[in-house]
Amino acid sequence: MTESGSREDVEIKLSVNGRPVAAAVEPRTTLAGLLRDELGLTGTNIGCDTTSCGACTVLLDGRAVKSCTVVGAQAHGRSVVTIEGLADGDRLHPVQRAFHEHHAVQCGFCTPGMVLAAVSLLGSAPGPLTEQDVRLALKGNLCRCTGYHNIIQAVLAVANTQAVPAVSNGDE
Amino acid sequence: MIPAAFGYRRAGDLADALIRLGQGGVTVLAGGQSLLPALKARTARAETLLDIGHLTELSHITDNGSHLAIGATTRHCDLAASDLLRERLPSLAGAAALIADPQIRHMGTIGGSLAHADPAADLILAGIALDASVVLARRDGVRVIALRDFVLGAGRTAIEPGELITEVRVAPDTGPWSHRKFHRDALEWAVVAVAVSSGRVAISGLAPVPVRAPGVEAALKRGAGAAEAAALADAGTDPPTDRTAGADYRRHLARVLTRRALIEIGVAP
Ligand SMILES: Cc1cc2nc3c(=O)[nH]c(=O)nc-3n(C[C@H](O)[C@H](O)[C@H](O)COP(=O)(O)OP(=O)(O)OC[C@H]3O[C@@H](n4cnc5c(N)ncnc54)[C@H](O)[C@@H]3O)c2cc1C
Ligand code: FES
Ligand code: FES
Repeated sequence: MTESGSREDVEIKLSVNGRPVAAAVEPRTTLAGLLRDELGLTGTNIGCDTTSCGACTVLLDGRAVKSCTVVGAQAHGRSVVTIEGLADGDRLHPVQRAFHEHHAVQCGFCTPGMVLAAVSLLGSAPGPLTEQDVRLALKGNLCRCTGYHNIIQAVLAVANTQAVPAVSNGDE
Repeated sequence: MIPAAFGYRRAGDLADALIRLGQGGVTVLAGGQSLLPALKARTARAETLLDIGHLTELSHITDNGSHLAIGATTRHCDLAASDLLRERLPSLAGAAALIADPQIRHMGTIGGSLAHADPAADLILAGIALDASVVLARRDGVRVIALRDFVLGAGRTAIEPGELITEVRVAPDTGPWSHRKFHRDALEWAVVAVAVSSGRVAISGLAPVPVRAPGVEAALKRGAGAAEAAALADAGTDPPTDRTAGADYRRHLARVLTRRALIEIGVAP
């Protein structure tokens, strides 16, 4: 078999929630599949599986991506943060706390992706944010329950009142 | 949504990518934001993916004086956030900021957008308004082709087997600009969109590829107002009727979006 025709597993090394991970993945395995099925990190939800709903959002090198539309092999050498990696021990991340305080969660299915999309936004926009900024930044995340209002309020509360700590990004 | 099995090769560098591409049997993977959904839906097939998404030598925005050179793996979010682009080519940075959602912009690349050649691709639309050109490299040479000649139809480009888009070149344009899209829901590709930059007007949704609106451009040159010029937006086109929109509706959208875009850049109503 020619080298370029190989469908063999791909050896990858990455950091997941600050810990080094080595894995052999089938080329067609998505990052969502790797996280959920191989690493047991089922906080990353799969909603649509077609790049539309954002439930599968994780941070790749600090930026939100839809993990149903990234193959695991693309994460080689990079750092991934999932909802499981956000809290510092028992201390919730400010965005998680704000979601709690603003009742921004109903069934919770969209929540991990919503929170990570918000963390990505806050990491890329240091200044104060308007409601429109937040709505546009969360446009790739669908919520079928809340009507978005409380989610937007939660994100605005963090953006405009608190200092957001950087999310652990590499393998320390 | 599990795609049919494929192989995966991570290109070592650009030279390695061109060698492998020359050997055939590989499909380029850049951001994956169009290719992976198609593979998952099984509307596309690939023997082996050749991943170039991580190649930093293809990810840059450089000012070469007469033109800006944008590397093929530059991501939409990096176009949108680039100070250089916002200063020298604000309409391209602005177009990138309007693509899909932040997650897709964090992965999707300019090279992938051009190669995918969706009729509604925002960077193709903006690039046609800007008279952009595309650099295509192969193992044994490089050619530069105008973007207008590069996009041949829906999903069809002038890329030959063994060729890779390495760069997009655009002359700076700091004039007033507007990029307006009409879409049915937040993540839908535009039904019709209009890009205006310094009196050059391009429209998508009237044909399989974005077209320039010469009637509008000429009217602007002779000092016409926005309404008068925009009435010519669909002149000479033969828009399709499909499940998204009828031809008449596309014409209507083209005229309305063009008028709004012209008013936005300061043309008298
Ligand atoms: C839900 C959704 C909504 C979207 N909405 C929009 C929108 O409103 N406007 C818009 O413009 N785009 C939109 N997109 C598409 C997005 O911009 C993609 O990023 C882009 O079309 C493809 O870029 P990519 O880097 O992800 O390419 P990939 O998916 O990796 O590749 C796409 C194609 O290009 C080829 N290719 C990639 N790079 C090269 C290269 N350097 N040389 C030669 N061939 C290459 C690949 O082989 C493949 O055939 C949307 C996508 C999704 C999933
Ligand atoms: S599951 Fe990935 S976007 Fe819906
Ligand atoms: S809380 Fe149920 S989908 Fe958002």
